[in-house]
Amino acid sequence: MLIFLLRRLLQACFVMIIISVISFSIQDKLGDPVQQMVGMTVSPEERNQLRNELGLNDGFLVQYWRFAKGAVHGDLGTSYYYKEPALDVILEKLPATLELAFCAILIVILIATPCGVLAAIKPKHILSRLLMLISSIGLSVPIFIVAILMVYIFSIELNIAPSFGRGQTTEFFGFWESGLFNKDGLSHLLLPSLSLSIALMPIFVRLIRAEMMDVLQSEYIRFAWSKGLSARRIYFIHALKNTMLPVITVGGIQAGTLVAYTILTETIFQWPGMGFLFMDAVSRVDTPLVSAYLIVVGGIFVITNTFVDLIYGLFNPTVRLASHGL
Amino acid sequence: MKPIKKDLIHPIPGSRWNHILSGVVGDKLAMLALIIFVFYCLIALLAPLVAPYDVSDPAFMDLMNSEIPPSWISGNSQFLLGTDAQGRDLLSVILYGTRLSLTIGICAVLIQVTLGICIGLVAGYLGGRIDNFLMRCADIQLSFSNMMVAIVFLAIFQSLFGMARYQQLAMIILILVIGLTEWPLFARTIRASVLAEKQQEYVDAARVMGISSKRIMFRHILPNTLSPILVIFTVQIANAIVAEAALSFLGLGMPATEPSLGSLISEGFAYMFAGSWWICVIPSITLIILILAMNLLGDWLRDHLNPRAYKD
Amino acid sequence: MKKRELAALIDVSFTLNRGERIAIVGESGAGKSILGFSIVNLISKPGYIESGSIKLENKELTTMNLRQLQEVRGKRIAMIFQDPMMTLNPVLTIGNQLVETIRSHTNISYKDARNIAIEKLHNVQIASPEKRFDQYPHELSGGMRQRVIIASVLLLNPDIIIADEPTTALDVTIQAEILQLLLTICQDNGVALVLISHDLGVVSKVAERTLVMYAGHIVEEGPTLEIINDPQHPYTQGLLNALPQMTIPGQRLNQIQGSMPSLAERPSGCAFHPRCPYATQKCKQEQPQFIYSGVSSVACFIIEDMLNEFTDTDKEAL
Ligand SMILES: Nc1ncnc2c1ncn2[C@@H]1O[C@H](COP(=O)(O)OP(=O)(O)OP(=O)(O)O)[C@@H](O)[C@H]1O
Ligand code: SF4
Ligand SMILES: [Mg+2]
Repeated sequence: MLIFLLRRLLQACFVMIIISVISFSIQDKLGDPVQQMVGMTVSPEERNQLRNELGLNDGFLVQYWRFAKGAVHGDLGTSYYYKEPALDVILEKLPATLELAFCAILIVILIATPCGVLAAIKPKHILSRLLMLISSIGLSVPIFIVAILMVYIFSIELNIAPSFGRGQTTEFFGFWESGLFNKDGLSHLLLPSLSLSIALMPIFVRLIRAEMMDVLQSEYIRFAWSKGLSARRIYFIHALKNTMLPVITVGGIQAGTLVAYTILTETIFQWPGMGFLFMDAVSRVDTPLVSAYLIVVGGIFVITNTFVDLIYGLFNPTVRLASHGL
Repeated sequence: MKPIKKDLIHPIPGSRWNHILSGVVGDKLAMLALIIFVFYCLIALLAPLVAPYDVSDPAFMDLMNSEIPPSWISGNSQFLLGTDAQGRDLLSVILYGTRLSLTIGICAVLIQVTLGICIGLVAGYLGGRIDNFLMRCADIQLSFSNMMVAIVFLAIFQSLFGMARYQQLAMIILILVIGLTEWPLFARTIRASVLAEKQQEYVDAARVMGISSKRIMFRHILPNTLSPILVIFTVQIANAIVAEAALSFLGLGMPATEPSLGSLISEGFAYMFAGSWWICVIPSITLIILILAMNLLGDWLRDHLNPRAYKD
Repeated sequence: MKKRELAALIDVSFTLNRGERIAIVGESGAGKSILGFSIVNLISKPGYIESGSIKLENKELTTMNLRQLQEVRGKRIAMIFQDPMMTLNPVLTIGNQLVETIRSHTNISYKDARNIAIEKLHNVQIASPEKRFDQYPHELSGGMRQRVIIASVLLLNPDIIIADEPTTALDVTIQAEILQLLLTICQDNGVALVLISHDLGVVSKVAERTLVMYAGHIVEEGPTLEIINDPQHPYTQGLLNALPQMTIPGQRLNQIQGSMPSLAERPSGCAFHPRCPYATQKCKQEQPQFIYSGVSSVACFIIEDMLNEFTDTDKEAL
C-alpha cells in the first residue's frame, strides 16, 4: 500500500511538473505584467527597471522556480479581468463543475451497467439489438450536437427545463454553492448533466457489453454454472465484478475526456463552472486564469486517477497482494 | 475451446482489397456507408462546381437575404436550404464546410498515421528501453484526453498569435494539433502487430538472409500490419472531424468567415432561440451522417478483417 | 463466409451405475469435454445438443429448464475442470465460492455453511482451512486450488462427479496426489466418477471401466484392466504404445501417425481410417458397428472380420 501510494505520488509530481511548466510558459510568453501594471506612457528604461525589480529578466529556470514556489503556496497569479487571485476565482467555480460531472457519472453508471449487461447476456434479444443500434448512432453524434438537440427539444420546443445558467443555489460550509438541494437548481442541472451522460453512455454500454461477453466465456463462469448457482448470482456477482475491472480502467482514462466534455457542455448551457470560465479567460487572454485552470485541472486529474486506482484495487484482489508483498 | 484463429489475417496485399471489396458488396449496410462516404468525398472535391453560389464572391453575403428558411418552408427556390444569419446560401456554405472538415480530418489522420507507424515500428522492432520509453509516452499522451490537449494548445496558440493571425493560420494549426495528439493509437497497434510478426518465420528467414532491419520493417512487416491500420484510419478520420467540429464550436477552430461544419453549427446555435433552427440543424445532420457512415465503415472493417470479433 | 453445422459427438451412449468409476479416454479434440459438459447441459454458446437423451434415474436432463437443471448441477452431478488456475473466480474469496454453492441449494445459515466448507477443505487435506477460507484464489498454488475445487464439488454430496482432466494442468508430483485424493473420496462416499483423460496411465489407477473415444465416436468400451492388457481397437493399441512407461527407455515413443481430424475434416466411414495401419477399402466407406469381442465392445471391421472367421471356422469344425 505504501509503495503504491509512493509510486502514485511520484507519478503525480511528474505530471504536475509538466503541467506547471506549460502553465508557466503561457504566463511567461503571453502575459506581460508590466504592460498590465503600467500604461503606455512609461518609458522603456523605467519598464526595464520594473522588469528587473519583478525579476522578469532572470533566467527561465529561476523564474520557473519562483512560479512553482508560489504555486505550491496557492499563489497562481492574479486574474487580469477579475483582479482577484486566479486560484480563488477558479475554486469558486469548482462546485458547479463537480456537481455537473458527478451527476453525469452517476447517470452513466446507473444506466450503462444494466444496458451493457443485458446486451451481453441476451445478445439476440430485440432490446439488446436496439440498444446496440442506438449506441452505435450515439457514438457518432458529437456531444455538442447532443446538447444542442436537448436545448432545442426540451427547452425551446417543449419548454420543460431551462437551457442556461445554474439557477438557485444553496450555500454550504460557507464556500460550496450547491444546486442539488432545490428544485430550481435541479431543473437547471437536468439538461447539462443529461447531455454529458448521453455523450459518455455509448462508450460504456459497448465496453461493458464486450467485457461481459468475454467474461461469460471464461472457465470460472462455466464452473459457476456447473455448481448450479442461479443465473442472477452468476451474472451480477461472478461476471459483473470481473467485467468492472477493465471498465474502471477505461473510466480512469476517460477522465480527460470528461474534462473536455464539461468545457463543451458548460459553454453550451452557460453553466457557470470552470470550463465556462476557462473559455472566457481564453477569449479575454486572461493568462493567469488560463494557467491556473490548467493546474487545478491537472490536480483533479491526478486525484481522480489515484481514486480510480484505489477502486480498482478494491475490485481486484491481486492488486492488493502485490502492494502487500512489496 | 475457442477456435484458434490468428489475430490478424495476412493475405497477400492484392487479395486483401478483393477480400474487402467483395465483402462490402455483400453487406448492405457497409455498402450504404461506403456510398455515403464516397458521396461526401465527391461533393467536397467538387464543391466549387456543385455549389450554387461562389463563397468567395463578396456579393455572396447579402444581409437582405438573411435567415430565409429552407425552400420547402419558405417556397423560395432561390436558396434550397435557406440562408444563414449573414444571408449566405446555406447549401453552398455547407458544401464548402464539408470540404474543409474532410480536408482537415484526412490531413490530420495522415499525420497521425505517419507518426504512429514510425514510432510503432521503431518501438516494436527495436524493443528494450526505447520501446519502454515510447510506450510510456503513449500512455501519458492517451491518459490526457486528446480533446483536452487540443483545447489547451489551441487556446495557447490563440492567445499567442492574437485573434486575427490565428484565424489565418487556423486550418494548419488545427491539422497539426489534431494530427499530433492521437498518434499513440496507431503506434500501439503497429507495435503489437510488429511484435506478433516478429515471431513469424519469414522475418527470421529474412534476418538470416542478411536483410537490413529497415528493409525488414518496411518491406516485410509493414504490409502485413495494414489491416488494423485501415480500421483505425477509418474511425480516426471520423474522430478527427468530430474533434475539429468541437474545437470550431468552441471558437478555437475555423473562423466564421471560412466556416467548417463545426463553426457553422456554432454560429447557428445562437439563432436557434430566435426560431431559425435550420442554420444549426442542417449542418449538424450533415456532420452526423458523415460520422455515422465512417463509424459504420470502421466497425464493418474491424469485423471483416478480424475474425476473432464477436458475431451475433 | 458460410456457416456449417458440425457434429462433435455422434452416437455416443453409455450407462453409469451408482458408485461406479468410469474413464473416458482419447486424444485432444476427440470430444471428451463436450461429452462431459453435455451431461449437465453446459455446452458453450455456438454448440447445442441436437438430439439424444441423458437420464439421471429416469429423469431426462436434456429437456429440463434452467431451474430444474440448477437443482441437478452441483447437487446431483458436480464437475471438476481441467485448469484449476482458471476455474475459480479471481475476485471472490475461496470461502465465498464454497458457501454460495451450499446456500444456493439449501437453506443453511451462513455460519453452518462456513463450517461445512471448512470441514470439506480439511477433508481434501488443506492445511489451516480457516485461513484459506478468507483468501483469494491467486494466493493459492495450482495443486491447492484443485483441492479447493474438489472440496467445492463435495459440498453437497453429489451422486456423480465428472472430472475433466483434473490433473493435466498440474505438476507430475501433484498429479498423483490429486488423483489419489479423488479416488479415496469417491470410494469413501460411494460417489460415481466420470474421469476424462487423454492418459491411459492415469485412468488405469482409478477407473473400473474405460471408454475410448475417437473423433466424436466411442470406439472401444470395456473393463479398464482388460483394455490395457489386451487392447482390441487399433486406436486403443496406438494410444497404449504411445505411453512412456510401456516403452523401453531410450526407445522413441510410438506416436500414432498423423493427428486427430478437426470437426470439419472428419473422414467418411471409420473416422480413424487415415491413420489406421489395418485400414481397408471397406473402412473408408462404411461405419463399423459395436460388437463384443470377448474382452470389450469394439467398433472396428478387422475385429468384426476376425470374430466372424473365428465363428465360421468354429461352425465348420462342428
Ligand atoms: N461449444 C462448442 N461448439 C461447437 N464446437 C465445439 C464446442 N466446444 C468444442 N467444440 C469442438 O468440438 C471438438 C471436440 O472438443 P473437446 O473439447 O470435447 O475435445 P477434448 O477431447 O476434450 O480435447 P482436449 O483433450 O483438448 O480437452 C473440437 O474440435 C472443438 O473444436
Ligand atoms: S474400422 Fe478399419 S480403419 Fe477403423 S480402426 Fe478398424 S481397421 Fe482401422
Ligand atoms: Mg477437454
